[in-house]
Amino acid sequence: MADYAVEILAEDALLVRFGDGIDIATNARVHAGARMLRDADLPCITDIAPAYATLLVRFDPLAGNSDLVREAIIKALGSGFRRGDEQKTRKPSSPHVEIPVCYGSEYGPDLDAVAGHAGLSRDEVVARHAAAEYTVAMLGFAPGFPYLLGLDPALQAPRRATPRTRVPAGSVAIGGAQTGIYPRELPGGWHLIGRTPRVLFDPAREPPCLLAPGDRVRFRTIEADEFARLAERGA
Amino acid sequence: MTVEVVKPGLLTTLQDAGRPGFAQLGIGCAGAFDAPALRIANALCGNPRNACALEIALLGPTLRSHTATWIAVTGAPIPFRINGADQPMWAPVFVTPGSTVELGAMRSGCRSYLAVRGGFDVTPVLGSRSTDVNAQLGPLAGRPLRAGDVVEMGSGSFFSRNSSTRNSENISHWRLDPRPWFPEEAPATLRLLPGSHFDKLTEISRKLLFSETFAVQADSNRVGLRLSGPALEFGEPIEMVSEGCVPGILQLPPSGQPIAFGPECPVSGGYPRIGQVTAVDMPRLAQRRPGDALRFTPCTFDDALRALRERERVLTRLETGIAARLTA
Repeated sequence: MADYAVEILAEDALLVRFGDGIDIATNARVHAGARMLRDADLPCITDIAPAYATLLVRFDPLAGNSDLVREAIIKALGSGFRRGDEQKTRKPSSPHVEIPVCYGSEYGPDLDAVAGHAGLSRDEVVARHAAAEYTVAMLGFAPGFPYLLGLDPALQAPRRATPRTRVPAGSVAIGGAQTGIYPRELPGGWHLIGRTPRVLFDPAREPPCLLAPGDRVRFRTIEADEFARLAERGA
Repeated sequence: MTVEVVKPGLLTTLQDAGRPGFAQLGIGCAGAFDAPALRIANALCGNPRNACALEIALLGPTLRSHTATWIAVTGAPIPFRINGADQPMWAPVFVTPGSTVELGAMRSGCRSYLAVRGGFDVTPVLGSRSTDVNAQLGPLAGRPLRAGDVVEMGSGSFFSRNSSTRNSENISHWRLDPRPWFPEEAPATLRLLPGSHFDKLTEISRKLLFSETFAVQADSNRVGLRLSGPALEFGEPIEMVSEGCVPGILQLPPSGQPIAFGPECPVSGGYPRIGQVTAVDMPRLAQRRPGDALRFTPCTFDDALRALRERERVLTRLETGIAARLTA
């Protein structure tokens, strides 16, 4: 039996479910499924949007009903879509994006709190955060906000008791088991550990988002002077 | 070819049919909440159905047109004057250069639409001229109109004035029957498809969802209508990770008070879905204002799709009929 299920969400939307939890293996199958559906170029589909364990498929309900779209999805994903297929369908050169981050001080006012919670020094938190390889599980919350999987478990920290009303654009943050980057000034309850001068979302740019679902990400530690230089260049 | 905003109204935004195709980037569709009302306003101005118009909430704007144009107002009933003289909704209306167009406070409903000949000619953002206030995306950097804004209008040849107006009056001799497109109803009963987690509600909550009346809360907006009514609860707590969201979802946060999602809803969310407002009833959801009562009635996917197709057939026929009349 195929290792996914197709649920009807609305007259114009289906959810392809590959699992229920937040884990890298399930999420990799979501991205593999998204690529297969994009490659199949199904008519009447308007949106294919990955989340942690599910894929949202939206379509024109006047052009095709959910039964037809469901059949097309099953055909495109194939009956043989099982655990392990994400390896076969992984793009040969899955983009690896490097994000420069200035950690601590005014760039990451919660670095001390995260270090205290983890029982680590500030430098150890920065070293561990910058050493890991992350995967963009999904974009959401605001345009271009990446939810990244791959955080060192030692760095997990519950959300702040009181969310901030204004988190600066570019803030790199930890919320529970995840890390993310605020693409613009937003309210937010995650712990801010650093900031990147790179622009994550610009609707006038093609593509508008620096990161796409499924991309791999690494953080590179930079100092305040390099932050200023990159920010000035409009990085 | 410009319109100047004298007073912006409560929340007046530029909207077209929306911005599909970017959910994977965290960008929702936005667009007109009452989509048929936008299409009819555009049809009455001889525009393509997805041309950019104004969506007006509760209290309308005052505008000054620097050029001659045709306009049409549809949606919730709203006082509509040009240079102080009352004008009909649901009809093409001629505007002379320098005229002041005033829209007042809606008597009922929540959203009216004002289209101009040729549409509002703002630069599209990601292929759409709709404003997503919540995402700060779209024309005017994603914000509502404010006093002093000057908005370009597209061009379009004027209709023969004989076909629509006579004796140099601004008022056309025909107008549409608004009743199919703005039913006066209190409470409104919206058809609801079963949500993924409907079966997880307690038996009593499943009954209450369809037997009780819900009131629209004051903090409702284009993201969602927050409802208050009987506390609904699940048999056991539902743990779920963030999944794709679409307008019309009726989600149930731990408060037990449901939220019906609108066009600016997030593209993903982690609260259970107890229902889905049918696509054909989204315009009626759009027209509920804070304090209004609404009820839900169960509906099957087949019936929902049949009703949507039937409405599309009627709406397309209406658009064709209007076009024929304008060019007669």
